[in-house]
Amino acid sequence: MATLIAPTSFSPGADAEALRKAFQGWGTDEKTVIAILGHRNVYQRQQIRKSYEEIYQEDLIKRLESELSGDFERAVYRWMLEHADRDAVLANVAIKSGSKGYHVIVEIACVLSPEEVLAVRRAYHNRYKRSLEEDIATNTTGHLRQLLVGLVTSFRYGGDEINAKLAKSEADILHESVKEKKGNHEEAIRILTTRSKTQLMATFNCYRDDHGTSITKKLLDNASDDFHKALHTAIRCLNDHNKYYEKVLRNAIKRVGTDEDAITRVVVSRAEKDMKHIKEVYYKRNSVHLEDALAKEISGDYKKFILTLLGKKD
Amino acid sequence: MAFNQELEAITQAFSGHGVDEKSLVTILGKWDPQERESFRKNTPHSFIEDHERHFQRCDDHYVRLLKHEFVRFKNAVVLWTMHPWERDARLVKEALKKGPSAYGVLVEVACTRSSEELLGARKAYHSLFDHSIEEDVASHIHGIERKLLVALVSAYRYEGSKVKDDTAKSEAKILSNAIKNVHKKPINEDDEVIRILATRSKLHLQAVYKHYKEISGKNLDEDLDDLRFKETVQCLCTPQIYFSKVLNAALRIDVDKNTKKSLTRVIVTRADIDIKDIKAEYHNLYEVSLPQKVEEVARGNYKDFLLNLIARG
Repeated sequence: MATLIAPTSFSPGADAEALRKAFQGWGTDEKTVIAILGHRNVYQRQQIRKSYEEIYQEDLIKRLESELSGDFERAVYRWMLEHADRDAVLANVAIKSGSKGYHVIVEIACVLSPEEVLAVRRAYHNRYKRSLEEDIATNTTGHLRQLLVGLVTSFRYGGDEINAKLAKSEADILHESVKEKKGNHEEAIRILTTRSKTQLMATFNCYRDDHGTSITKKLLDNASDDFHKALHTAIRCLNDHNKYYEKVLRNAIKRVGTDEDAITRVVVSRAEKDMKHIKEVYYKRNSVHLEDALAKEISGDYKKFILTLLGKKD
Repeated sequence: MAFNQELEAITQAFSGHGVDEKSLVTILGKWDPQERESFRKNTPHSFIEDHERHFQRCDDHYVRLLKHEFVRFKNAVVLWTMHPWERDARLVKEALKKGPSAYGVLVEVACTRSSEELLGARKAYHSLFDHSIEEDVASHIHGIERKLLVALVSAYRYEGSKVKDDTAKSEAKILSNAIKNVHKKPINEDDEVIRILATRSKLHLQAVYKHYKEISGKNLDEDLDDLRFKETVQCLCTPQIYFSKVLNAALRIDVDKNTKKSLTRVIVTRADIDIKDIKAEYHNLYEVSLPQKVEEVARGNYKDFLLNLIARG
């Protein structure tokens, strides 16, 4: 369920005019920017952008980039892009940041549906004149490369069929590779990058039945190399992406110097999808509402914008 | 027509790709029992004389052959009327079932289709077989070919015109070094070679091909010993040459069942794409026109159907 609150009818022309007014004069009227853009869904935002271009012969996004600054600007920029385009940009940034960015690529590849991943790959062609897998492959090596390229190039079958015998045998293979850090990584990569999500859930369930604990528990996060970290992220995203996002947010809030980039990424990507579920998981886990936890750590227009996307009523 | 001529005509009707239905109808249809016995006695390949019991028995090979040849036209029609996505999905499935000797078809489908066509095939595969292509390829193929083949069927290559020439040049060097060091590290274990071949756009790879020739004096596919890698480069960089070679191997009278099937496959799958260019390249390489060769080797409705498809474009 989405947390975004958007009206059913609106006038893109009126919005474009109001935004124009907000840009005029000294400084920017950020309140108006948030009040409008923070309450429009992706189709409405694209229409406003088109309207703005028609009336003022200027790209709204470029104007926003120059009028706003800091975390607020980055959040609004990402918000204004269409889903696939945004993820293509996030992927490109992630590739350039090396170790720090691999989990974003894993997220995009594992959380989105096969059609959505495809749309991201197309958007990537359009923006960067290369394929996503090309860029990932050039910037990684070995098992990590195999895993990441395999994840982004997958086009998983979407049906409900499950092969129970296969689930058992593949659960064992994963156990070897993931927990005990030995065993055939290539097989683990094959399973995670090609099996359907339903089959993988069955495999993870089998794992839990056979080994007593969920596959995501006690995954050795910090001590491992990039490949194992990415492997663990993939399993967590495939297993339960709302829980995964809750952890991303929790970590982003907890750490010294809040990770606004992570907060922006999660909220902007999920506000129109299943942010409500993520909020519920957060509350259950932390006994405090996400908005309240965020309100303490972030500030200014950025805070107002993020809270608006999270469904805060003005 | 004298009987001997009729015999010759019927023998011809059964030899080649497909069968000459017309001759079978007009000639066979009017033969009386003695003439048919004469046919059996004069065709020792297909009928075995049982001297003890005084009759001519069908040779098993003959029975199997007839089954394949009669059905060749039907298979061509079915393949032609199928949606190209389903066609490719089924070709892949069949190749996986047949085993390593057929994996060239996997390379062909993955590398000679456009990015959107390959995508369509992957979608159709979901619908037909309840698995993804990459899933089945990865779980069926265990050997050294797996890495390359999975990567090829998963590609969604950029198809625009932008190519970075210096990157192409440096990647040609990487390939050249990899080939020189093949005794130290086999080519199918070289991640860089696989990366380049499985992710770069076709235009980029054609630039790499060109630079490789400048560096080493030979064509990239000629220097690759591994058959799959050779086919990959040919399909990506010089598809019309690749297809001409496949056709040439198929357009023979006595050729194995799988090679024969490639005649239908190539013509049906390329009729709407680049059959004209393939025709030209075929003529270039073999100094005989493709339609002429088909006329020589194919029979009946199957032949007419193929000639029709070849005449397009």
